Amino acid sequence: MTLQSEPGDDGVTIVRMDGRLDLLIAAEVKQQLAELIASGHRRLIFDLDRVSVVDSSGLGALISGLKAARQAGGDLRIARANNQVRTLLSLTMLERVLRPYETLEEARAGYSQIVAD
Amino acid sequence: MNRLVQTVLPADPDLRTELRLGLLRVLVAANLLLGFLYLSWRYTATINWAAWPIAIGLVIAETYSYIDAWLFGLTLWRLKQRGEPPPPLPNVTVDVFITCYNEPVEIVRETAIAARDIRYPHRTYLLDDGNSPAMHAMAKEIGIGYLVRTEEWKGKQRHAKAGNLNNALCQTNGEFLLVLDADQIPSPDILDRTLGYFADERVALVQTPQWFYNVPPDDPLGSQAPLFYGPIMQGKDGWNAAFFCGSNAVLRREALMQIGIANYVRDLELRVQRALRTADTLLRHAARQAQTVENGGVQAAIAHLQAAVRTSRRMLREGRPIQEVTWYFQQRAAAAARPLVAEDLARLRAEVATIPGLDEDEDLTTNLSRSLDDEAILHELTIRERSPLAAIATVRELLLAVDVDRADEAQPVMPLATISVTEDMATAMRLHAAHWRSVYHDEILARGLAPEDLRSALQQRLRWAQGTIQVMLRENPLITPGLHWGQRLMYFATMWSYLAGFFVVIYLSAPIFYLIFGMLPVRAQAEEFFWQLVPYLITNELVFAIAGWKRATWRGRQYSLALFPLWIQAVISAIGNVYAGRPLGFVVTPKVRQGGMHLWGQLRLVRIQVITMALLTLSAIWGLTRLALGVQTDGIPTLVNVFWIGYDLLMLSVVIDAALYQPEEQEQPIAAVAT
Repeated sequence: MTLQSEPGDDGVTIVRMDGRLDLLIAAEVKQQLAELIASGHRRLIFDLDRVSVVDSSGLGALISGLKAARQAGGDLRIARANNQVRTLLSLTMLERVLRPYETLEEARAGYSQIVAD
Repeated sequence: MNRLVQTVLPADPDLRTELRLGLLRVLVAANLLLGFLYLSWRYTATINWAAWPIAIGLVIAETYSYIDAWLFGLTLWRLKQRGEPPPPLPNVTVDVFITCYNEPVEIVRETAIAARDIRYPHRTYLLDDGNSPAMHAMAKEIGIGYLVRTEEWKGKQRHAKAGNLNNALCQTNGEFLLVLDADQIPSPDILDRTLGYFADERVALVQTPQWFYNVPPDDPLGSQAPLFYGPIMQGKDGWNAAFFCGSNAVLRREALMQIGIANYVRDLELRVQRALRTADTLLRHAARQAQTVENGGVQAAIAHLQAAVRTSRRMLREGRPIQEVTWYFQQRAAAAARPLVAEDLARLRAEVATIPGLDEDEDLTTNLSRSLDDEAILHELTIRERSPLAAIATVRELLLAVDVDRADEAQPVMPLATISVTEDMATAMRLHAAHWRSVYHDEILARGLAPEDLRSALQQRLRWAQGTIQVMLRENPLITPGLHWGQRLMYFATMWSYLAGFFVVIYLSAPIFYLIFGMLPVRAQAEEFFWQLVPYLITNELVFAIAGWKRATWRGRQYSLALFPLWIQAVISAIGNVYAGRPLGFVVTPKVRQGGMHLWGQLRLVRIQVITMALLTLSAIWGLTRLALGVQTDGIPTLVNVFWIGYDLLMLSVVIDAALYQPEEQEQPIAAVAT
């Protein structure tokens, strides 16, 4: 498995991976996210802390994950993106859709705050 | 003549290039200056108000042509001859895509084998949109990959070739991709000759010419485009505006994916705004009606939803990410609807499903998702009389339909633009708008099959013209953000040239109006008219001669005039498509001759041109007869008009050649391959 998943008590699952999230691995990541969601992990936080580089194919995989999570009634958040990822998010305007949360706590708070609202 | 040129010109090719460009610029400048003088004179001193309809019409047509001369002149001004390409990038991954739909397997096989045997290391895929077992078997037999649409595409818009390529992009991962039409046989060095340009990391596209081997030297159907795949593309290249032409081009995956994502975001933002606006209107109506209904649950639900819509719109205005806005709204909408009785919801869902303009065969979410592209259907949603409960259900469904993706599309991200039947031009424009660079490499590196009969050739031209106009209407280059002004004009130039049909009608009818009805559009002394016009025309011809040096550009010029009914049809149908949603009818250009048509059938395809030729001829005879009989005393205007008629007939006659054209059977490459 490229992705490691860590389910939390609050129904939010943290997803992690190492290295490059690029065109070579995008299809696999997309597939694994879909499987994870299908197995009931509907609320995801993709932790990018140990991801060194993301390219636009990698972003495509994240968008697919977001779509799959939404279709299952859940959501996918991203957190702890490095500068390279932030630059690409801004270049492709994807930050208008997918907000990069600074910390895992913030991303998690996003879920509970809105549900409670 | 040629020998004279050889001795006069310097031997150094670089110097020759310089010299040619210099000469071209002098001629372009002279032509535009003379044109300016001519048109100023025409506007101020020569309009014959007594015959104002044709007089005004003609001067407008001449203005159109003058603007066209400017756009052409600007294109040539930066003509870029790149010469030898840089050495290919080492160790990059390349996918070669062959797109096919329903072409004969033997034609595709030849392309596929040549693609497989390209020297630079790569993977070859056959992208079969026809889903044909024979094609699959062939791909397997020669050892290349075979891709068809995935499950995700079931019941979704297919987007023709753009959809085919987008589907393949999601299943492959090469850093670069070479796109080939089913009939475009690549030479083994095509990648070696093009990959070097990508050393510049901002280069997203390298386009090479399309050239057809089944066309006789006189090219009766005007299939070759030596002016376009030559000076025009070289000129656009000089402005960093070389187009992607759909085949024989190498693209950078990263660039395509980036513009795909950017477009996904733009599209999503627009749709969320529209959905919220529509929801707001709907709820306001519903709230008014609900005051008369004694149902506390309904009133509360409406109030809840109104608050949710208001908050969502505020969040969007504040620049909160769409993910948060839609998530927030969906949670709130679900909560608002919860108190309502389940059976009510079921009944109302059924009511919503009957909204006019929505397709009954599809599920509601897909339907509403698609409605967000259509302001008319959205408007219909808001004005229909409906119960407050139905309004709630509609709003709820509408906002479930606007999610972080489109329920009516197979893939959230579409790297190749799907707004037009000519996906290539739209894609190139988006690349340029995102500040990517493009290269036109003027060397034939693939050889293809042109349509071999008039009907197919006309269909192909119609599709290109329709697609270009679609792009102009949907993503007008003059206002698209991100483009440099030179790039704007280079895109606009091609679009402008497709508007020619309307003006050709004026040019063609002017001599008829004069010779038959005596309506003279230009009031001027013959001598002055001559000195104003002729230098302008001569420099115009010289520009063409130097720009198209050693290239057969005459056919193309004939067709650009002679196909005027087709250009008009293209513009009208594209407008109908973009603004009224009428189908264009996407036609894959047949690669084999469409048999069984007699001369009469061929001529019917160009009947408007034939009738026009007859009218012109009759007018000329009528005019000359009146002159000979002495009824008409002033001979000069008659002779000038008869001269124009001669020119028009020469241009129009190309369609007769085309209708008579019979390709020789033994030249058919299919026969050669089958053995």
